[in-house]
Amino acid sequence: MSIPFYVSPEQIMKDKADYARKGIARGRSVVVVQYADGILFVAENPSRALHKVSEIYDRIAFAAVGKYNEFENLRVAGVRLADLRGYSYDRRDVTGRGLANAYAQTLGTIFTETSKPYEVEIVVAEVGEGPADDQMYRLTFDGSVADEHGFVAMGGQADQIAQALAEGYADGLALPAALRLAVHTLATMGAPPGAPEGRELGAGLLEVAVLDRSRPLPRKFRRIAGDRLTGLLAGHESPPDDDGGH
Amino acid sequence: MESPILRDGRLPAAFLTPGSSSFTQFLHGLAPEMLPAGRSLPAGGTIDTPHATTIVAATFPGGVVMAGDRRATMGNVIAQRDIEKVFPADEYSAVGIAGTAGLAVEVVRLFQVELEHYEKIEGASLSLDGKANRLATLIRGNLGMAMQGLAVVPLFAGWDLEQQFGRIFSYDVTGGRYEEHAFHAVGSGAMFARGALKKLYGPELTEEQAVSAVVESLYDAADDDSATGGPDLARRIFPVVAVVGPEGYRRMPDAEIGSLVERVVAARLARPDGPSAVPLP
Repeated sequence: MSIPFYVSPEQIMKDKADYARKGIARGRSVVVVQYADGILFVAENPSRALHKVSEIYDRIAFAAVGKYNEFENLRVAGVRLADLRGYSYDRRDVTGRGLANAYAQTLGTIFTETSKPYEVEIVVAEVGEGPADDQMYRLTFDGSVADEHGFVAMGGQADQIAQALAEGYADGLALPAALRLAVHTLATMGAPPGAPEGRELGAGLLEVAVLDRSRPLPRKFRRIAGDRLTGLLAGHESPPDDDGGH
Repeated sequence: MESPILRDGRLPAAFLTPGSSSFTQFLHGLAPEMLPAGRSLPAGGTIDTPHATTIVAATFPGGVVMAGDRRATMGNVIAQRDIEKVFPADEYSAVGIAGTAGLAVEVVRLFQVELEHYEKIEGASLSLDGKANRLATLIRGNLGMAMQGLAVVPLFAGWDLEQQFGRIFSYDVTGGRYEEHAFHAVGSGAMFARGALKKLYGPELTEEQAVSAVVESLYDAADDDSATGGPDLARRIFPVVAVVGPEGYRRMPDAEIGSLVERVVAARLARPDGPSAVPLP
């Protein structure tokens, strides 16, 4: 029988973290930006079916980068938790903070107790009555949580994207301005190595959704696609129509 | 969100297991005692519980309208004057309930979560038939209670997004699901409401006429059935009226229904039996 090599706990954790970071950095990026009437999610994602941004509950949405099967697992768990909470208590008792806590505990346990950590990074965002009540929690693969304000970038070139967003961001942007900022930043800073200079991201390559506090119905999450997205990208302020984007 | 479900704060394995997109099935595995189905009453004995009464629905070319009176009864006593029995099931359908009020409200809550849960997990809504079938399954789960006198009978109506018209589904306590054409009513006053609608309904009604027809039919139900509440002008309690069309579910504001009800009541002062149909020549 062979004696296993001794590996220090620090080294084990570092290896796991490096492994997870590498996996996350391979993927395309997602940005989350606060605007005057809510929170905007933009992902570079050519797929119409495999979403990186999704609805969790009335005012809560989820955005993720990394390994699809792993964040999909977390998304479904979040929907189940939120619906169970809302069913057992009341719709108002489902909060983004509670959900972020459950995710943090879960990711933390997976990171320390299993040999393979989740290669994911997620944002749980909750739109409030006014911009000051909006909440954005960023969770990383090891279960750490950060309370973010203004904007968040995750994925491949997250640091460069965040830097560029910081330059263009201001409180109280209108939706078209926030969208153009996010898309422009993703197109320039989020370009994969070897991509042509000055590339553009058209409506077909984007997944866009909002938590719109001005929506009169309880569920504030809407996807923006098709003509409405093209119109917004071109700078037209379109009426707050419900184009059935679930 | 401290919860008995979340031990030491993290999500239990059941949450992270891939599987069904049905909330009911998920709950059945996790906490079956929270589901209305599978509960049983001790044998023998009956209890008096509030009963919800009449619900009517009628289609018109741009959608479907559903209305319910506001009375709940317990034997000969009025248990509640302003109960609401018509609810949005999701953004494109409505559900009204008759029968044991407590259980019916629970079934509606579960049904609402069920539809929304599916939509969020799958990223697409169920078809209207799919929704109607899910409701049938929930009602069937209540069969044991129904046999002991605690029946729940819903009426379901919605806008069919694929075929672009309004549809109505009725149910029996065994979960039988029947599509109704034109109009239907359930509950203790249903017989009278349906009789009235038969004479007032036409396939080419406008939304306004359809709303007025269901309000008239509820008046007729309240006229002949003591368990159905008529409009209460003194307390300003009016029927709940919901319209579902291509723009989704919309509950009509009380002010609008109030003025409609006032016109109906004023006309009944002149002719208590309401509008008369023209006999065949």
